[in-house]
Amino acid sequence: MEILFAIIIGVLYAAGIYMILRRSLVKLIIGIILLGNGANLLIFLLGRISEGAPPIIPEDSKMFLEAYADPVPQALILTAIVISFGLQSFAIILVKRAHKVVKTDDLDEMNATDEDS
Amino acid sequence: MLIAVLLGFLFALFLVFVGKFFKGKLAVISALVPLALFIYFASFIPQISKGEVISQTHNWVPSFGVNLGFTLDGLSLLFSLMITGIGFLVFAYTASYLKGHKYLDRFYAYLSVFMGAMLGLVLSDNIISMFVFWELTSISSFFLIGFNNTSEASRKSALTALGITGFGGFSLLAGALLLGNMSGTYNIAEMLTMREALVDHQYYVLAVIFIFGAAFTKSAQFPFHFWLPGAMKAPTPVSTYLHSATMVKAGIYLLMRFTPVLGDTPTWNTTLTIIGAITMLYSAIHTLFRTDLKGVLAYSTISALGILVFLIGLGGQAAFLAAAVFIIVHALYKATLFLVTGIIDHQAGTRDVTQLAGLKKMMMPVFIAGFLAAISSAGIPPSIGFLGKELTYEASIHSTGIIILIAVAIVLTKILLLYAGFVAGIKPFTGKLPEKFSEVKMPGPLMWVPPILLAVLGILFGVFPALIESSLVKPVVTALGVDASDIHLALWHGFNTVLVLSLITIGVGILLYFILKPSVKLENKIGKLEPISPEAILKRISYYFTVLSRFWTNVFQNGYLRNYVTTVILFLVILVGYIFFGNSRLVIDHNQLSEITAYEMVVSVILVLGVFYTVFTKSRLAAVAAMGVVGLAICLLFVFYSAPDLAMTQFSIDTLTVILFVLVLYRLPKYLTLSDYKMRIRDGILSLAFGGLICVLALQVLAEPQNSEIGDFYAKNAYIEAHGRNVVNVILVDFRGTDTLIEISVLAIAAIGVFGLLKLRLKSSDRAN
Amino acid sequence: MKTLILKTASNYLLPVLLVFSIFILLRGHYLPGGGFVGGLIAAIAFVLHAFANGLENTKHLLRIHPGFLMPVGLALSFVSGLAPVIGLDDPFMTGLWLPQDVPVIGSVGTALFFDIGVYLVVVGVTLTIIFTISESA
Repeated sequence: MEILFAIIIGVLYAAGIYMILRRSLVKLIIGIILLGNGANLLIFLLGRISEGAPPIIPEDSKMFLEAYADPVPQALILTAIVISFGLQSFAIILVKRAHKVVKTDDLDEMNATDEDS
Repeated sequence: MLIAVLLGFLFALFLVFVGKFFKGKLAVISALVPLALFIYFASFIPQISKGEVISQTHNWVPSFGVNLGFTLDGLSLLFSLMITGIGFLVFAYTASYLKGHKYLDRFYAYLSVFMGAMLGLVLSDNIISMFVFWELTSISSFFLIGFNNTSEASRKSALTALGITGFGGFSLLAGALLLGNMSGTYNIAEMLTMREALVDHQYYVLAVIFIFGAAFTKSAQFPFHFWLPGAMKAPTPVSTYLHSATMVKAGIYLLMRFTPVLGDTPTWNTTLTIIGAITMLYSAIHTLFRTDLKGVLAYSTISALGILVFLIGLGGQAAFLAAAVFIIVHALYKATLFLVTGIIDHQAGTRDVTQLAGLKKMMMPVFIAGFLAAISSAGIPPSIGFLGKELTYEASIHSTGIIILIAVAIVLTKILLLYAGFVAGIKPFTGKLPEKFSEVKMPGPLMWVPPILLAVLGILFGVFPALIESSLVKPVVTALGVDASDIHLALWHGFNTVLVLSLITIGVGILLYFILKPSVKLENKIGKLEPISPEAILKRISYYFTVLSRFWTNVFQNGYLRNYVTTVILFLVILVGYIFFGNSRLVIDHNQLSEITAYEMVVSVILVLGVFYTVFTKSRLAAVAAMGVVGLAICLLFVFYSAPDLAMTQFSIDTLTVILFVLVLYRLPKYLTLSDYKMRIRDGILSLAFGGLICVLALQVLAEPQNSEIGDFYAKNAYIEAHGRNVVNVILVDFRGTDTLIEISVLAIAAIGVFGLLKLRLKSSDRAN
Repeated sequence: MKTLILKTASNYLLPVLLVFSIFILLRGHYLPGGGFVGGLIAAIAFVLHAFANGLENTKHLLRIHPGFLMPVGLALSFVSGLAPVIGLDDPFMTGLWLPQDVPVIGSVGTALFFDIGVYLVVVGVTLTIIFTISESA
């Protein structure tokens, strides 16, 4: 499964970079989201994946008695997911606003810093 | 001593607040600061002459072994006295020279910062703090050269000086760190004890090169000399103080300080002798072709610095003695000549030596000062200059190596320096007074007393060399690591080869003075050689550097996002890929991997299909929907692999993201295909390469052993310490609570940003709406 | 999207989802859940209500602007981290716990209040973003 996981991550990264390289603004945002998902999965995979062992201490004991999934990557990813929502919404609004002001969706036409409008 | 060093900085700070009171008549009071310091340092003379070394240490960055320690030995004492003594005279002189100047307070502030930095430089016993003070002198020199900041030439010269000396500072830092690594200490005194280890170290030559780089730039050695003539754009007090008496000698100080540590090896001696000899001759010849008095003095200063480097290179008691005496000689006569030049410039309004003549009538005391300084510079008895020259010759002809060549070089230099001294000190005062200068007046005593004081000292020390023998000269020689007990300074050395050489020098020099008149024609002649001078070469280099950086900016900073991304990704792929495939072999241990079940396979296929659909669909709505599918598939993967918290979060966020997109989708720009086929292929290949690299890297990392220490710690303590069973949640709200606190702050900021972007009507966007 | 079914359903769904979100929040220390997820679920509940009944009605229901939840939540989280510093002179973020477990919730401590703060911030942030966007879209 790890190999499949790695391939999925590779696909997500490749798709993310490809979309970021497009000139369309919306594609840029989608690219960032895909890349973020890829990164989350990468952290998850590198923390070693294990099935059926959530990092939750059983009700009747004070410590883990059996193997458990590493909680640190999970905590990292959880924050990353929530933060990326903030980032996405901000990026979407920025694109919307930029589109309104500059009246173009072409990133290449946005490279002048001193826009008159 | 800490207070003594800081006094200059404190005074500068003080001037920031009360500067305006110091612009008028009170300006001269500021001279009390260097005077007090001079008295303070002079009070150490008895102790130092007994051979004591005084040190004080204050902790600064103890964890890196960087202390603010100060050591006063013979060498630092000599420099401290020069810095404060000449500083005192220059401070007083300035009060009159720049009387009523708009920024006089600023000038004093720069000067006192410089003084503090210079004192710190010569007193530091730690090479790192020495570096800091070294840089501070460069910076204050930059401000002082560019003091007249409305003139473009001043600004350019200041920048050149800063560039060159800044390069030297960089070299010093490199050398300091290297020496620190080699010896395990940054303390100079401690380095002294491990000379053997340092000299035999494999990086010895590199360290010496760095130290030389610093010393040669600061002390204007060939081929870095050209910033010094440019620095003459500074007001004359600055030229006197920084660019002849003190700052430019910092390089000499550095060399002397490290002579006992790194010196007395063929690398050290040969390099210094050759560079010193080239510098002294090269710039001494240059003095012949200058008509600006300050230009003449600048080149003769460089030449004198060359002599000092040369002497340090020769090594041995005789050479060090000569160097110690020559530092005093040079400081006295060169400062005098500069001050005299400043007076002439101030009163007559020109420094052109071809025009100046006969000023003796109006300013006799200034002439006396100039004359005495010229005598000392020429090495005519009974001045101390004579003593200095005799010792220099003595050291030269007793050195090993190609004696004739060395002797010829030094004698030639001395002849030319005599000429330079006469041109600056005597020429403007003698001869027929031109009509236009008949109105020139005598300056105030604040201006003419300092030079005459220095000039008289030059004669006094010459007549009674015992005055400086045991108090200043011997401790310096001792500090250089040579026994100084049998030194005896005397004006009369008996009739010997040295005396013959001296007589030849004086005779030929005076002859040269009467034959050769400085003229514009001569100056133009040397101007023809300008294109191959080091200065011109540097200018060309910096020109091409600008061209290159402009090209670089245009190519890489072109404002196209995709080009930046392409560059970064391409670089990563090539670099990481190269290292990765060059060095390691991917080993996948199939026993460690978990099985693929049917439903996992299905989810994965859906995920990949979703990604492909997102990328290739032509409809925005379809892309967003496909992205939602990708998110849900990831959510399922989290469920399969024991991350229920992640699955829940991913699910909610995925829902919200889709809602968000749908809300704004029709307000978003259409999904255009802007790039052509070729570009998409190119980007596709790059993306696939990057994705492949990440994939392989991930597998490679999986093959490495895992460190789960942190996770184990949290898991162990989650219930016992934090009363929680869900370890992920416990990490978030307890163990790493501060991180979470910052994270929700960031979220709040993002929300405020969104709110602000949409709700607040900025002026420019109002029109766009 | 104003269908009768959704409208009717959302009237019941909102309280149910809100209770569920609080349940998720409170059990977070023991089982999967917590402030982040709880907050997101609560936000989804309100968004659903807004879809069915219109933004104005939801806003009316909320009374206050959701943006105000952000500073409240931040302050609550910060104070719960600061409490040990003020009360016991312990380092920032030291966990403090009631000696006895509270029924249903389990042990109550500063971490719980911290999580409630997170919950409020997440609700505030999400609703601010979604409401702002749908208003100006």
